[in-house]
Amino acid sequence: MRNVLNQVDGSIRFPALFFVVAAILWLVVGTAFSLISTLQSYLPDFMSSCEFITYGRLAPAAANALLFGWACNVIFALGLWIIARLSLAPIPSGGLLLVAGLFWNVGVKVGLFGILAGDLTTAEGLEFPGYATPILLFAYTLIAVWGVMAFRARQGEGVFVSQWYILGALFWFPWFYTVAQFMVVWFPARGVVQSITSAWYTGNLLNLWLAPMALATAYYVIPKVLGRPIHSYNLALLGFCSLAFLGSWTGVAQLIGGPVPIWVSSVGIVASVMMVVPVITNSLNLYLSVKGAGTELWRSPALRFVVFGVCSYFLASMIGSAMTFRSVSEILHFTTFASGQSLHLSYGFFSMVMFGGLYFMVPRLTKVEWPSAGLISLHFWGSALGITISVVALMLSGWMTGHQMNDAAVPFMDVVLTTTTWLKVGTVGTLCLTIGHLAFAVHFLWMLFSVIATCVKQETTALESTSQEGAA
Amino acid sequence: MKNLPILFCLILSSLAFSVIGLVFSSNIQLGSLTPTTETLDESGNPIEGDPLFPVTMPGVAQQGEAVYVDLGCIACHTQQVRRAGFGTDIDRGWGKRHTVARDYVTQGHVLVGSQRVGPDLKTIGERQEEANWHHLNLYNSKIISGDRSIMPRYTFLYDVREIEGTTAANALQFEAGSPYAPAAGFEVVPTQRAEVLVEYLLSLKLNYSLPEAQISEK
Repeated sequence: MRNVLNQVDGSIRFPALFFVVAAILWLVVGTAFSLISTLQSYLPDFMSSCEFITYGRLAPAAANALLFGWACNVIFALGLWIIARLSLAPIPSGGLLLVAGLFWNVGVKVGLFGILAGDLTTAEGLEFPGYATPILLFAYTLIAVWGVMAFRARQGEGVFVSQWYILGALFWFPWFYTVAQFMVVWFPARGVVQSITSAWYTGNLLNLWLAPMALATAYYVIPKVLGRPIHSYNLALLGFCSLAFLGSWTGVAQLIGGPVPIWVSSVGIVASVMMVVPVITNSLNLYLSVKGAGTELWRSPALRFVVFGVCSYFLASMIGSAMTFRSVSEILHFTTFASGQSLHLSYGFFSMVMFGGLYFMVPRLTKVEWPSAGLISLHFWGSALGITISVVALMLSGWMTGHQMNDAAVPFMDVVLTTTTWLKVGTVGTLCLTIGHLAFAVHFLWMLFSVIATCVKQETTALESTSQEGAA
Repeated sequence: MKNLPILFCLILSSLAFSVIGLVFSSNIQLGSLTPTTETLDESGNPIEGDPLFPVTMPGVAQQGEAVYVDLGCIACHTQQVRRAGFGTDIDRGWGKRHTVARDYVTQGHVLVGSQRVGPDLKTIGERQEEANWHHLNLYNSKIISGDRSIMPRYTFLYDVREIEGTTAANALQFEAGSPYAPAAGFEVVPTQRAEVLVEYLLSLKLNYSLPEAQISEK
């Protein structure tokens, strides 16, 4: 068994590490962009003389660098590794993955330069100009084909919970991404159909792409670290089916009060409220799987990050369901509250779980342990504190400005003052995140270079044949 | 789950439902909306001879819309008015009526937006009819809104140059003694992009009724 896993790891080592390196570099770039745009959001003169990094371009550039650079690369690394490992079969043609990975990252670069040069579109999460996305879709096809090949090569009949999620997401993403591209960017539909499609797309992005991949990682890492199966198969099944059927309908709830037919936002509200079913079943199932493992939680960095992520999943999703009620939305709509909630999900849940997955995966690929416990702690506390401060600041700002906005007697500039105050608090959070990410990047590069150094040494002394190295 | 066909049916059908239920069906309902007259005749048809609304934007304004898009103004500004009683959009004077789907059918880019860091702009062309106001606001919004303003300065849309002979006709007019005015002997002149952007902002109006959204006479 261990032997087979070693072979599997060997067959995917280079492509997976390539995706991890790309993901971490984009994480650093995206964090730098976010830091500058956060400062710009209350210091309008900060770096404003240059058109390329004006706030309106830098903010979407930051979001897209994190989404397509960090999130997608880390998904490819972890998702493919998990699916290959659960198949228990080494997969050939890792070279295909490397080529696909190169194309993907070229596509992200083209897209980002496009945004900064002013070719951005107007839909959230779809800002990449229309000429960048074909590159992304081409690269994605190769990557997904590899994923399906890895799944088809599996030994044995069982299909694991993580595999449901990864397979589902691999099919869902290109589908809703292409539909949204057609209807919003390439051949824009008439009028607010564009808004409905792009709202639908952002819901899908969260519920059918980021969330399933993070859940797959959590369902893989927790049992592996603790050495016992997940608590309940049936709960997992309920969680998966309900997420699959509800997840795609929630996005349109953000159009409440907008110029769309009432049924559209009503459907979104119903779906958002019903999302408590998959959220409660999944977080309960994961909680019961971890329960009683207090010491492990402090010993294993992977588990610590994943558990933080699962807690955020529960909290952020509950808030997300509550904020779609019309009476609540009347206050919070158009404020920073929604950005706080989506940051909570995309970072507090998704990114934290993926960090945990990386802490688990990378040592198994490189055969070297993480060199420094201190840097792991710095990363964890930087990220945990940073995301807490950022989310609380955005949500409080949204709550307070929402109430001010709904009192027509409060002048608009007073509302701006409240926002500015909280944005300053939020900067502290972004700074903490930056420190955490830098610690992680330094730590990873340190590990990678020490591995390369040992490899080179072994190569020169020629004591070991390359075959033992795995997939040299 | 041992049964792969069921898993795949589940994966495919779940998204297919929402593509059909939300995207395609809203396209069927809204994708063929056309401009119409302010009121309809008894049989529900547009009244012949009456002007059609919303009007198509003039070409200059469409160029300005492209500038609005490429500067990412949508990051902080919405262009939608919620109905009376739901939020205070109408009380704040951001529009005389709420916006409906038909208001957007003549726009290439639909810019309804989702963040109100700055005020809504659906009716900014009615609220501020003077081009100079918009130019000053873009050049340095502190001139308009005071020191609290957090709107970026779009100085790269303006040329500050020495006055040659007489002041240019389109030069920005500052209040006497304004601390933001250029040094004596200099003037601030909008570039082509600033001119079209302001034309676009001036074209943002909601001063017509639609059969489904009448401006109430108060």
